[in-house]
Amino acid sequence: MNYRRTKAIARKEMLHILRDPRSLTAALMQPLVMLLIFGWALSLDVDRIPTFVYDMSQTPESRELIRGFRGSRYFAIQEEVHAYRPIDQAIDKRACLLAVVIPEDFAKNIGLKQPTRVQLLLDGSDSNTAAIAQGYAEAVVAAYSQQLQVPIQTQSGNIPATVNADVRVWYNPDLLSSNFIVPGLVVVIVMIIAANLGSLTVAREWENGTMEQLLSTPARPAELALGKLSAYFVVGAADMLIALIVGVFIFHVPLKGSVTLLLVSSSIFLFGALGLGIMVSAMFRSQLMAYQMGTLISFLPAFLLSGFIYSIGNMPRVIQIVSLFVPARYFMEVARGIFLKGLGVELLWFNLLLLIVYAGIVFYFAARKLRQKVA
Amino acid sequence: MKQRLRRIIRKEFIQALRDPRMRSMLFLPPLIQLMIFGYAASLDVDNAKIAWMDQDHTPESRDLLSEFQGSGRFILAGFPNNERAMQTMMDRGQVDAVIRVLPGFARDVKRGRTTSVQVLLDGTNSNTASIVSGFAGQCIARYSNRSMQGQQKAKLVSATESAEGPVTMAAPQVASSTRVWFNPDLRSRNYFIPGVVVNIITLVTLSLTAMAIVREKEIGTMEQLMVTPIRPSELIIGKTLPFVVVGVWDMLLVMAAALLVFHVPFRGNFWLLFGTTLLFLLTTLGAGLFISTVSKTQQQAMMATSLFFQPFFMLSGFTFPIRNMPQLAQWLTWLNPVRYFMEIVRGVFLQGAGIQALWPQMVALAIFGVTILWLSVQRFHKQLE
Repeated sequence: MNYRRTKAIARKEMLHILRDPRSLTAALMQPLVMLLIFGWALSLDVDRIPTFVYDMSQTPESRELIRGFRGSRYFAIQEEVHAYRPIDQAIDKRACLLAVVIPEDFAKNIGLKQPTRVQLLLDGSDSNTAAIAQGYAEAVVAAYSQQLQVPIQTQSGNIPATVNADVRVWYNPDLLSSNFIVPGLVVVIVMIIAANLGSLTVAREWENGTMEQLLSTPARPAELALGKLSAYFVVGAADMLIALIVGVFIFHVPLKGSVTLLLVSSSIFLFGALGLGIMVSAMFRSQLMAYQMGTLISFLPAFLLSGFIYSIGNMPRVIQIVSLFVPARYFMEVARGIFLKGLGVELLWFNLLLLIVYAGIVFYFAARKLRQKVA
Repeated sequence: MKQRLRRIIRKEFIQALRDPRMRSMLFLPPLIQLMIFGYAASLDVDNAKIAWMDQDHTPESRDLLSEFQGSGRFILAGFPNNERAMQTMMDRGQVDAVIRVLPGFARDVKRGRTTSVQVLLDGTNSNTASIVSGFAGQCIARYSNRSMQGQQKAKLVSATESAEGPVTMAAPQVASSTRVWFNPDLRSRNYFIPGVVVNIITLVTLSLTAMAIVREKEIGTMEQLMVTPIRPSELIIGKTLPFVVVGVWDMLLVMAAALLVFHVPFRGNFWLLFGTTLLFLLTTLGAGLFISTVSKTQQQAMMATSLFFQPFFMLSGFTFPIRNMPQLAQWLTWLNPVRYFMEIVRGVFLQGAGIQALWPQMVALAIFGVTILWLSVQRFHKQLE
């Protein structure tokens, strides 16, 4: 490995990047656009669930229960209706996600101390929202039920012994989904840049016929790979910094751990991601195919199998095993650990070690693939 | 004219399908995407991992534990017996929550004093955390109800025994009976897979169209095409038609896999979906054509594709409900054709919706498609001249 030759390749590649301002702008815009959308517009937090109420009972008891729904920030009562039909129509038009139907004999049963039921109708198409809405609605009904018991028990000279859940949330006390998503987004952005830029760099040279010229220079495959990689490393690092700065200063994601550790581990991950891109690029001589492959093996797994949005614990066993080979998964834990939990090297060293090993292996294969083409 | 058109279409088909690796590109990526998405994209919390930290060690606390175990929603991942062990488990993300029973729990329950059980949640994943919190709350509420009734019964028995006359003091219970429409088991797969169909069609047709045209520019064969008597409109048709076929083929392939492998219900009309797919392809092909006019190299085309695609995809309601977005973002989604197609595909799959429910979305798609395609064709013409 010769430093001068590597530097020359890196300079050549850097010139390529700088002389194509459109691609460069697009590359630098990417993190901004994604952060803006994810941080500002997207949220999995469920509140103000559009709710319809059909109160057949029309009694103080039923109104008390409805008050429970009104008082909760999770529900926004859109309309009180007097038949099932408007509910049907509203659910079909997605104007309503939950309907609470209170039966006619609701107050009568309560008066008779008989068990009674409240019907909850849910639009389950979006299962996640529906499940959360169901939980909240059942909690409102349960609270009402418990409230009924208290006076009766006190009356009977019985002190009610209730057991409450005392919920405390660590690391992200307000359960903001932006705190969950922004650190993960850093990981995804690195992967996109690596897949998009890295995967074309060698394929383009083949397609344009300049690869032969490169091969006739004294530069060795490893130097070629490292030179190309370091030029794109600069772009990737810039993207990462943009993402970090916007995340911390605009979206106020808490960065509890060490900044240095975050930067070091991000660099390791970026190196591996670009190495993968170059490896793919060396395998395919067409940019179109290299791009498709790059997306398939780097961006998609980083998005889907890293625990970015969908938690790995819920996936089928086979997919969980596949996810063990996705480096983004390890970096995702590192990034979230440093950001939200303030973890240090003592807990993260194993993940970092895996990332280093991965970067080494990928780089080795990238250089080897280039060598095969030389022969 | 007809002959030239046939020639160019033939050339494009040969060019698109000649390379065996390219051929495999046409069906492997969509299938792999569907498999990963189908199995991985789920926001369900089936088995939350919890740690049980019992500092009371009484029959009552064990009773509470069996309530958690019996719910079928939790996996017990450990029994830390001190703060440090618990902290480490949470830091490492080994558990989603710790349930902590403080000393004196049984005493308070027996004395009829209100007591509480600590639920410590890992809030990193805010979505999982709120679902787990709900599950844990339900278990504790059930236990609370049970122990309350148990005490009451005991009181009643002792009251009856002390011969103060019959006491009928049952507390009324109000329960909820939930009915879920369209997706009764609340399987998120049913919600996501129709969305994946949209995603795959969009990405494949958009990127292939853009890159295929720019490729001719980059390697210099565009000039050769221009000196032939082919007219620009024929060139456009020839360039885009293969990708219409590819788009439709991907749709059928992914749909077949969705039905056969994932058993997603398909309640609507197939031909309605087929027709709207063609309508939607107007938009993606138009956008692909547009990207090709603003890019000189494939790299530029690809960067532009990915820059365009991400916002449209994210703001389509695929994972993140449009309802949760801020008002301004919700208005912006009206300008997003992917949103309309997403609603149509989900409507047809899950709700069995027909034209009478979906016509507004179809009109929107048609307007977007025709406008985008027309503008791009104009631009393309100008560039060729």
